[in-house]
Amino acid sequence: MSVNILYFAGLREALGQSSEQLSLPAQVGSVGQLHAHLAARGGVWAALTTTKNLRIAVNRKVAAMDAPVKDGDEVAFFPPVTGG
Amino acid sequence: MKISVQTEDFDLGAECAAITRGRSDIGALASFVGLVRDSNDGAGISRMTLEHYPGMTEQSLAEIVEQARGRWDVMDATVIHRVGELRPGDNIVLVVVASAHRGDAFAACEFIMDYLKTRAPFWKKEKTPEGERWVDARESDDESAARWKA
Repeated sequence: MSVNILYFAGLREALGQSSEQLSLPAQVGSVGQLHAHLAARGGVWAALTTTKNLRIAVNRKVAAMDAPVKDGDEVAFFPPVTGG
Repeated sequence: MKISVQTEDFDLGAECAAITRGRSDIGALASFVGLVRDSNDGAGISRMTLEHYPGMTEQSLAEIVEQARGRWDVMDATVIHRVGELRPGDNIVLVVVASAHRGDAFAACEFIMDYLKTRAPFWKKEKTPEGERWVDARESDDESAARWKA
C-alpha cells in the first residue's frame, strides 16, 4: 500500500523535505509502525524520535500511535502547534 | 460562520459589522485580536513567519467553533488567522463571537482562542538578532485549554 506523508515546521526543516509518497511493507499498518519504519532510516530521521511531543495526523485528524494506516491515507508529522 | 486562513490583513470593525449586518437579535459581540510582539523569551523579534497545514487548519478551526456552539449560545462566529511573513505590530489572529448575552460571547471567544492555540496546526518561526528559531509550545497554553474540560 501507498501513503502520502507530510512534514511541517521544524521537523520539515530537519528532514529536508515537506512530503513524500511512500509504498509501505505489509507489516506497517499503524501510525506507530509507520513512525518506527521512518525513524529506522537513520541520520536526520532521528528527528522523528527526538522531537518533543511529536504530533501525528491521519487524514487531517490527530491520531494516536495505535491508529490504523490504510492505503491512500495522508499522514502528517509535526511538532506541537504554536499559532494564535 | 466564517473561517479564513489568509496572508492579507483583516479589519476588526469590518468583521464585527459583517456579523451584525441585517439582524437585531444579537445582544453581545466579544472579540479578540492577537498581534506580533516585538520581543519573546528575552529576544527582540524583527519578523515572524507563520506556517500551517492547508486543509487540516480550516477543518480544525471549524471543529473548534462547532464545539463552542455546542457549549454556549453562539449565534455567529468569525475566525481569521494570517499566515506568511508578519512584522511586530501586525495582526495575527481575530476571533469574533456573537451571542444574545455577554457571558456566552466572552466564554466562547476565550474557548476558541485557547483551543486554537493548542489544536490548530499553525507554527511560528521568529527572527531574532541571533538568527531564526521555531517558537516552542508553551505549557501555559495547554493549561489554559485544559480548564475548559471540566
